[in-house]
Amino acid sequence: MLEFLKRLFNPEPSSVTARERLRLVLLSDHLALAPDVVESLKTDLIAVISKYVDVDAAHCDVTFEQQESVVAMLANIPILGMKPPARTARPAAPPLVDPAPASAAVAAEPKPRRRRRRRTNVNAAAVHG
Amino acid sequence: MHELREEPLAAPLPAQRGRCIVVTSGKGGVGKTTTTANVGVALAASGARVVLIDADVGLRNLDIVLGLEARVRHHVLDVLEGHAELDAALVSHKRLPSLKLLAASQTREKDDVDIAAFRGLVDQLRGRFDYVLIDCPAGIEKGFQTAIAGADEAIVVCTPEVSAVRDADRVVGLLGERVKITLIVNRLRPSLVRRGKMLSVDDVNAILRLPLLGVIADEPGVIVSTNKGEPIALDAASPTGDAYRKIAGRIVGTDTSQPEIPREATFLGKLFGGQR
Repeated sequence: MLEFLKRLFNPEPSSVTARERLRLVLLSDHLALAPDVVESLKTDLIAVISKYVDVDAAHCDVTFEQQESVVAMLANIPILGMKPPARTARPAAPPLVDPAPASAAVAAEPKPRRRRRRRTNVNAAAVHG
Repeated sequence: MHELREEPLAAPLPAQRGRCIVVTSGKGGVGKTTTTANVGVALAASGARVVLIDADVGLRNLDIVLGLEARVRHHVLDVLEGHAELDAALVSHKRLPSLKLLAASQTREKDDVDIAAFRGLVDQLRGRFDYVLIDCPAGIEKGFQTAIAGADEAIVVCTPEVSAVRDADRVVGLLGERVKITLIVNRLRPSLVRRGKMLSVDDVNAILRLPLLGVIADEPGVIVSTNKGEPIALDAASPTGDAYRKIAGRIVGTDTSQPEIPREATFLGKLFGGQR
């Protein structure tokens, strides 16, 4: 009876939970195992951000962390100063408020599962190769 | 090495060198030893010359599962260190003379095994047997590296659990592209899968993406057969034994059927067909 009620109020079978946990743990395993991928991601990130602000490239840090329901990318990119406005070609460049080292946590949203799976596999290929 | 004397070993050399397959998983307790024993038995029953090497030095168990523990006189380190001749260390199976066991050393450590010497031993055995099956220790340390050193094929054994799949994924990465890898999903409980309480074979292989060699049900017969030291692959009436025989057929290449997902034993089947 209790089992029946539990099932009524918690309809998600535990295999779904297992699948989800497995997906997350492997995503984070593969990211941790592929330092070259993380390194080139970091280089690209710095390149993009450097178009708008001067960053301290030597002290940038990009890590991945498994949180409750997502794997989050945490980028710690110290900003040294603003670029002169004339060099910022795009008028829509967002103004920077805090000149101190900014932390950005970009969490991958849980919705588009298929896309992320594929990304995991890219990493898997990199790791296995 | 000694001259070939005894009849099964003095049989004509294989036309081509034997295949070396390592049975591995990363995680412990998923059924590597049971798998090695049963696949070895099924291969030998199909007529192949098979040698099983227990590479789990310090935790010797393959002899128990095969029911050969009383016959073991020498072990793999005796051979590698020159204390025993290879022929003296190979133990013949009671019912299948073409199946030999090279037991692990119980009182030594995995680190005592020299990788180059082990690879040399495997190489030597491949000249005399059709199949060299290696029961790999759990873990990914030196014992694992030694066990996989001479193999060009691997069977990854994985149970439908998050931890086992994670470890299997790691092992697949470590095996690299040199090794041809296939998958056995072990200890599947079809009724749990149906009720959504266990990962399915597809769930497991969506992650591992390996050619599926077979699926083995979690059933009492496997435990009973281990108790007796008679691998279930010897039981002609057992569906699980049949699954192992089909796995052997797929390895040899004579069975091209897709692996079946085990079905639940029926009530009547349980009543009349059960092993004790």
